[in-house]
Amino acid sequence: MTALLSVSGVSVSYGKVEAVRNVSLEVRTREIVTVVGANGAGKTTLLSAAMGVLPLKGRVTFDGIDVARLDIEDRVAAGLSLVPEHRELFATMTVEDNLELGAFRIAKSIAAQSQERVYGLFPRLKERRKQLAGTLSGGEQQMLAMGRALMGAPKLLMLDEPSLGLAPIIVADIFRIVGELREAGVSVLLVEQNAKAALGIADRAYVMELGEFVLDGPASEVARNEAVVASYLGFSHPA
Amino acid sequence: MNTTILLFLLQDGVTNGAIYALLGLALVLVFAVTRVILIPQGEFITFGALTYATLSAGGVPGTAQLALVMGLVAFGFELFSVRKSLHLAKVVRAALIYIAFPAVVLALATWLPAHKPGVAVNIALSLLIVAAIGLFLYRIAFQPLAHTSVLVLLIASVGCHLALQGFGLVFFGAEGLRGPPLSDVTLTAGPLLFTGQSLAVYGITLALMAALWLFFGFTRYGKALRATAVNRLGARLVGIRTSLSGQIAFLLASVIGAISGILIVPITTLYYDTGFLIGLKGFVAAIIGGLVSYPLTAVAAIVVGIVESFSSFYASNYKEVIVFTLILPVLVLRSLAAPAVEEEKD
Repeated sequence: MTALLSVSGVSVSYGKVEAVRNVSLEVRTREIVTVVGANGAGKTTLLSAAMGVLPLKGRVTFDGIDVARLDIEDRVAAGLSLVPEHRELFATMTVEDNLELGAFRIAKSIAAQSQERVYGLFPRLKERRKQLAGTLSGGEQQMLAMGRALMGAPKLLMLDEPSLGLAPIIVADIFRIVGELREAGVSVLLVEQNAKAALGIADRAYVMELGEFVLDGPASEVARNEAVVASYLGFSHPA
Repeated sequence: MNTTILLFLLQDGVTNGAIYALLGLALVLVFAVTRVILIPQGEFITFGALTYATLSAGGVPGTAQLALVMGLVAFGFELFSVRKSLHLAKVVRAALIYIAFPAVVLALATWLPAHKPGVAVNIALSLLIVAAIGLFLYRIAFQPLAHTSVLVLLIASVGCHLALQGFGLVFFGAEGLRGPPLSDVTLTAGPLLFTGQSLAVYGITLALMAALWLFFGFTRYGKALRATAVNRLGARLVGIRTSLSGQIAFLLASVIGAISGILIVPITTLYYDTGFLIGLKGFVAAIIGGLVSYPLTAVAAIVVGIVESFSSFYASNYKEVIVFTLILPVLVLRSLAAPAVEEEKD
């Protein structure tokens, strides 16, 4: 199967500091791929660069086109979507408006269908549709951020730390929905500190340390790797 | 002072305040969306007013030519920025916006005045000319700087103000101009006399505010503009181009500026540099609104108008001083109330 997203030989620097060094990664259609690693390993930097938020060196192709020099907006149009760590919601606008803007590039008739699907995935958002995004709880904000991204009908959804700071019950809910997305034909690239949950749901996994991939393979194998167990799975995570 | 004078001063203040409110709202809008403090707003006022006055007098305004020249430059900028992905569709679209549009407007502005068109046609043409200048100004001066700091944008803004004011002197001369009123009707209510022009000021101000409210509350592009103002990165992540939001903001600001100018020019004589001072009063209102609050800005603008009319009655030599002094207590209060804000980086 050909890769939907292919990142090859990518490096990202903040000034003289190289946060990501010569990294290559692939996400195929209908696949959940996860990148796990400690805080500061460069996971968020990698996702931001793949989306065009940060400049990078190397090649990024998406759905057969070279996107490495495209603007964020053009990558969105190509079907790539990022739910960033800080969610970047429109805090002073309603849940409904946030979702509507998620479909900014989509025809209104299709947007209405997307909205029904998003409300189906996240019934809580429908209950709160008139509420301002800034007044939602952390879990609801994460749902809204994912819902907003899904409104644009992306081919690949990149999730940056969706479980960060959320109660375990909500984390379980969010991971269940990530699984449902795969069934619906959306590929997911998931960056997580919560390695246990991420490896439990993913098809394949990459382990990142100090800006480099140190291990990759099927998620079930990575989860059994001794070094991974010792570093990331040997103790129970708080979230 | 008797009641008649009091009422008269209030009426005068509210009329001017309505204009300042429009300008203040445009300033808040542009700042929220692009982080540009729009000093050339004053030139949009002057250009709108004097273009309208020139057209009404049967002349061809130089601003129509300026719009075409700016369009050509903007077209060059646009081609340069998309040189790596040059599609025919993009070039044609750019040519339509940046060349065909101002060329048609210039042709109309050259041909129409000799045929004595009505007030409505002259107003529409003036608005089109100033709208083109506003749009192209963003493309030329601000879009390439969109990622820089507020300070850099402010310096560019001052530069644009000086350049456009210079063009204003070239096009319209140092003599002031007046335009024909929108309506000759007069109404009396007790001691007060309402001219058709002042009624037009109230009516158009209210209609514009209602239109803006509908635009921002209910349309996709209006919401996209608000989204850009609330969270620039979030907006980009859903595919809203910062440059598109900036263009719409500048388009709205230039049209609002031009409408204000057209509303004022039948009441007072406008010179090539008058707009700056009028724009600054809108700015005072916008500052009182903290450059974020639309309702506060509108209310502050009415207060500015009333303070101005009373101070021109009691101490006309100091009227500008008094109006601009309004800013001081507001700045002091704000600096005491708010902690130091770090500039947004993106």
